Amino acid sequence: MTKDDIKQVVLDIIADIAPDEDLTTVKPEVRLRDQLSLDSMDFLDIVMELRKKHGIEVPEADYVQLASLDSCANYLLPKFEAKGK
Amino acid sequence: MASGHLMEGRQMSSKPRIVITGLGLTAPNGNSLGEFRANLLAGKARIAVIDVRHMGKHPAGVCDFDTTKWQKRKELRIGTRVGSISIFCSREALGDSGLDWDKVDKSRVGVYLGITEHGNVETENEIHNISQFGNDTKYWTHHHNPRTVANNPAGEVTMNMGITGPHYTIGAACAAGNAGLIQAAQMLQLGEVDIAFAGGVSESIHTFGIFAGFKNQGALGAHEDPTKASRPFDKNRNGIVISEGGAIYVLERLDGALARGARIIAEIAGWCINSDATDAVLPNPERQTECVHMALKRAGMKPQDIHIVSTHATATALGDIQECTALRNVFTDCPDTKINNTKSFIGHCMGAAGALELAGNLPSFEDNWVHPTINIDELDPECAMPGLVINHPIKVARVDTILNNSFGMLGINSALIVKKYGVA
Repeated sequence: MTKDDIKQVVLDIIADIAPDEDLTTVKPEVRLRDQLSLDSMDFLDIVMELRKKHGIEVPEADYVQLASLDSCANYLLPKFEAKGK
Repeated sequence: MASGHLMEGRQMSSKPRIVITGLGLTAPNGNSLGEFRANLLAGKARIAVIDVRHMGKHPAGVCDFDTTKWQKRKELRIGTRVGSISIFCSREALGDSGLDWDKVDKSRVGVYLGITEHGNVETENEIHNISQFGNDTKYWTHHHNPRTVANNPAGEVTMNMGITGPHYTIGAACAAGNAGLIQAAQMLQLGEVDIAFAGGVSESIHTFGIFAGFKNQGALGAHEDPTKASRPFDKNRNGIVISEGGAIYVLERLDGALARGARIIAEIAGWCINSDATDAVLPNPERQTECVHMALKRAGMKPQDIHIVSTHATATALGDIQECTALRNVFTDCPDTKINNTKSFIGHCMGAAGALELAGNLPSFEDNWVHPTINIDELDPECAMPGLVINHPIKVARVDTILNNSFGMLGINSALIVKKYGVA
């Protein structure tokens, strides 16, 4: 799985939890909260969906790593690799 | 005690008069008052067959309103079904009321919604959800608590509409629809708010627990034709058809309604809520009789003054007979009193039942038609009552008053009387 694949995984999750948002113009280097209407409960949804769909655990101390698509990819890549994905 | 009753009558008449100036609803057979009323007069029931978790197929009343008319898809995902019903009904009621919403002081608006229960649906969904993950509670949604707090339906309305006055729900079993309206009228009379959104709502078809509870109580209705499954007063009735729905009214004090030139749909004339204090599920006709008598007294009316009695009857074997006994106790020698039932069309909408059943009768003030109770193939002799409108609507000389019965478990009884505005 590449970093681009992981960004798409996160975007697919966001598409489910924020279905009114236009995700075609999301900038990977910009904080998601600065370009989308997402609140803390939505980020908990991202954490939950990573757990449910991919078996990935994100400890609370690491939530900050989910700030942007780029930071998501950097943080989640070794976790996906550890899952053999 | 007699002087006490007279005092209650004087106190009610000295309080501000409360009127209905808007209405929004969703019922299994209609998403507007016009559609709902047309189907009631045409004898059109609408009951679906749904697949209930763990229980298979059962008849149920399902609403098909446009959920995205007033909510974003994200709101729908986060919120509850009953929250969505509440928002739809409130927004429709607002439109019907003619209020200039931008100019309304939102801190002077209250939301009072009757519910039979709340949280069963969301809790069952999460129990099912974590069962897919070995019952590990780390998969339990963080949305659970805001979805299941008892004020959820009313709170969702305030967030959607920017209302900053009070909001809460009134838990009153199946008397909840009346109880929401009564609570709102009382808060308006106290001056707590200037505008109230009030009524009753339900999402109960989405919880298997209510189906299972009624089935194991021997009180879940069934028929090969689902539209005939709910048949109050019929000799072969066999129980309740569970439905979802909502009816929310705009209430305000008469002086405020007149000042803004509002269209007044009806006036709240009197009410009573009392308790059986006898049994958790079996109704008590003596207390029901007292409830209706007290509502009449507070309205300053005699039984002969009531033109339509909208019954609560749910098609259970005993409950229908008990209510008929109570009504026969009160409405003796009342040739102008007609009696009907709405659950025969839409099943039992639980928390919404009383509010919806009143709504479907309100147009009678204008058209003088009384919709029937349908699905009576053979009238149960123990449910026979003079004035019962059976299977076909009737035209009457005038309809000035409606008495709306709603009763519920734990022995809660409610009777609400509304009258045509301008009638003495």
